[in-house]
Amino acid sequence: MAYKAKIRVTLRPSILDVQGKAVEHALDNLGYSTVESARIGKYIEVIIDEESVADAERVALEICQKLLANPVMEDYSIELEST
Amino acid sequence: MDTVTIGVVVFPGSNCDHDTEYAAASFSNVTTRMLWHKEHDLQGSDVVILPGGFSYGDYLRAGSIAKFSPIMQEVVAFAEKGRPVLGICNGFQVLLECGLLEGALSRNKDKKFICRQMHLRVENNRTMFTSLYGEHEVLTLPVAHGEGNYYAPEKTIESLEEHDQVVFRYCDPFGSVTEEANLNGSVSSIAGIANREKNVLGLMPHPERASDFLLGSNDGSKMFRGLIEYVFR
Repeated sequence: MAYKAKIRVTLRPSILDVQGKAVEHALDNLGYSTVESARIGKYIEVIIDEESVADAERVALEICQKLLANPVMEDYSIELEST
Repeated sequence: MDTVTIGVVVFPGSNCDHDTEYAAASFSNVTTRMLWHKEHDLQGSDVVILPGGFSYGDYLRAGSIAKFSPIMQEVVAFAEKGRPVLGICNGFQVLLECGLLEGALSRNKDKKFICRQMHLRVENNRTMFTSLYGEHEVLTLPVAHGEGNYYAPEKTIESLEEHDQVVFRYCDPFGSVTEEANLNGSVSSIAGIANREKNVLGLMPHPERASDFLLGSNDGSKMFRGLIEYVFR
């Protein structure tokens, strides 16, 4: 059974996000004075072929820890759905 | 032993590999080897250098994919035996990603790619990489990076300081460590760190680009010469 893992990787709140800051300033220049902040992260879609949701979840967790996120400065979240 | 073998790892996207080899080969009694990332053989290297560049296009995060290259398993094993491993710029990023060094590098604080000469203060000259520098000697080395903003949690920084693992800090031309001299925003102005055993060093500035007076500075060549002398001892 194939599952789609929707993975979001974001910089920890304590880490300065210079890309987000640049976007924030651009939006401010465009006149969006109500936009208070912008932070940029990564969105990664992975198709995982496993027997059960639990197995797919285990794989998704493992790849986040091993490769997709750097635990020193990033957080991640995983959303699984069957395809 | 009559020659020292210096191995330079080549990842797809490395672009300082030949400069590094040139700097290493400028000394007599040195043999250089280019080590392709898909190989498993360090070809008898006495010193391994991970050069600068954009390994795997810096996809995902700088250094994140390079750490899984076949050659890196050998580099990690080599480092764990106490042998010398030097990571320059992108090579530093790879060493952090693969866990040989602690911390991470994020984007420069002012969003800019920084490409210029910078001053560094030698904070620890009792390593195999820095033994030919004086205590607190001020070096001029070029930097060229977009992600050189060193970060580690406070506890890690305390432990790095306690074990003399901070080897280089950005400073002004007179050796003062100031906020203005810390262009990329690194925690505690850190430009280079070593592991606790001091046989693995990573730094953002490029010693290989300052290893010939024609390049405006020769301050980097003492790092190569120090390593070569260390192996001969």
